Amino acid sequence: MPGFALTLGVTLTVLSTVVLIPLSAVVIRSAGLGWEGFTAAALSERALAAYRLSFGAAFVAACVNGVFGLLTAWALVRYRFPGKALVNAVVDLPFALPTAVAGVALSALYAENGWLGAPLADLGVRAAFSELGVVIALTFIGLPFIVRTVEPVLRDLSREVEEAAASLGARWTQILVRVIWPALLPAWLTGFALAFARGVGEYGSVIFISSNLPFSTEIAPLLIVIQLEQYEYGAAAAIAVVMLAVSFLMLLVINGVQAWSRRYEG
Amino acid sequence: MSARPQPRTGAEPAWVKATVLALLLAFLAAMLVLPLVTVIAGALRNGAGEAWAAVTHPDAVAAMRLTLLTAAIAVPFNVAFGVCAAWAIAKHDFPGKPFLITLIDLPFSVSPVVAGLIYVLVFGAQGWFGPWLAERGVQVIFAVPGIVLATIFVTFPFVARELIPLMQEQGVDQEEAALSLGASGPLTFWRVTAPNIRWGLLYGVLLCNARAMGEFGAVSVVSGHIRGLTNTLPLHVEILYNEYDFVGAFATAALLCGLAVVTLALKSALELAHPEVTRGHGL
Repeated sequence: MPGFALTLGVTLTVLSTVVLIPLSAVVIRSAGLGWEGFTAAALSERALAAYRLSFGAAFVAACVNGVFGLLTAWALVRYRFPGKALVNAVVDLPFALPTAVAGVALSALYAENGWLGAPLADLGVRAAFSELGVVIALTFIGLPFIVRTVEPVLRDLSREVEEAAASLGARWTQILVRVIWPALLPAWLTGFALAFARGVGEYGSVIFISSNLPFSTEIAPLLIVIQLEQYEYGAAAAIAVVMLAVSFLMLLVINGVQAWSRRYEG
Repeated sequence: MSARPQPRTGAEPAWVKATVLALLLAFLAAMLVLPLVTVIAGALRNGAGEAWAAVTHPDAVAAMRLTLLTAAIAVPFNVAFGVCAAWAIAKHDFPGKPFLITLIDLPFSVSPVVAGLIYVLVFGAQGWFGPWLAERGVQVIFAVPGIVLATIFVTFPFVARELIPLMQEQGVDQEEAALSLGASGPLTFWRVTAPNIRWGLLYGVLLCNARAMGEFGAVSVVSGHIRGLTNTLPLHVEILYNEYDFVGAFATAALLCGLAVVTLALKSALELAHPEVTRGHGL
């Protein structure tokens, strides 16, 4: 095939200029702080509280999506119901809707005077402007990931194996747990990791639905923005390095899961 | 699709199915449908006239213009990059290919705020090239170039990751046939490869464009929020919202909801007409 040198050259040049060199700036800048400066900025009490919220809320949201994403994929593949095409299209809304719009919409909906916030407030649950609000926003953001990773695997799953299990006397719950779930697990884990990673870095939707109070409802990306606004570039870079390290870790996990699952494919 | 649903052996009972569907529809309504309705209701709270006035306000129009300009630069840039990268990766063998694909995907796992931050560190007043550029009268951060760069970063993988699996699946047979008949490289690409990848490319462009027009975090960091100058539509929503101009904020948000709905409709139509566009990409 012709054009290999040219296209690979362009690819590497653009990748370096747009992505790799700018990303290295964050590492170099935070290295300029020295070890003590770095830990003072990246591991301050306020930063630790922000990581706890970002990682904790992203984890809870990924768990919620782990359940409902699986149910959605299941219904889209196995059931026929009215409005299925609409459900299929609307699942991708979080990919298509600007995060700021999601933020204002969810905060209006889950505020104390909102359509869903008011009944929740009657039950004594404060949804918007609390940690729960952060979880709601991150659930919205991560919703399509598990659906879209599990769905194709479920679609390709051979029904014959299930029928064999049934003919051998397995109940539907046994088939679900012992036959179907193991086959879906790698895809489910990949979707979970993607949703989690996306939630950890999310900014736009969260800042509207959160009260953004330091030490309680302030997410890590917001802390970066606040440091930047105070011209604390080094501190902003230090927090960014921690978040990048976690992103790399998640990428490794995702690649690891995919390599692991390929070993079991025929 | 036309096969009648057959009662499966070993299938779950009907009440399980009904419960799953009820739970699911309630969840999707609370998470996806009601937020959209909230935006429309909020925009029309004081009548359509006020909503119309908000989206035709000069600041809103300026924001719209900047959003369109940004997408008009970022999307073609990423199309050119995506086609180049997919040609190099899918049609050739070389060591380190999986690593290169991971690097191209990297912007997806970087927080949008970090995406903005890196350009501030490179081109900002205190950054590597900021002072050098300032001497020459070029401003990147708190100006349009920074917004375009940040948008290119967050939409970077969209087209490439759409095309790479598609072109890998198609192989090189058709191109080799064209080349052996004496066609030049560019002609082969234009007449053989391009028609094969056009729907996948369109699919990638659709997703890339939605993100480019809707990006908030990265653009927010580099924009400086100067009304009428460096304000995009999503940033305009935030400004109005923080000023308690809820009708204005929701009217602008409704405009962006329209963009999302059109994107989803086109995407669904494309998936229906050309199912191969979604093949082989687990997101």
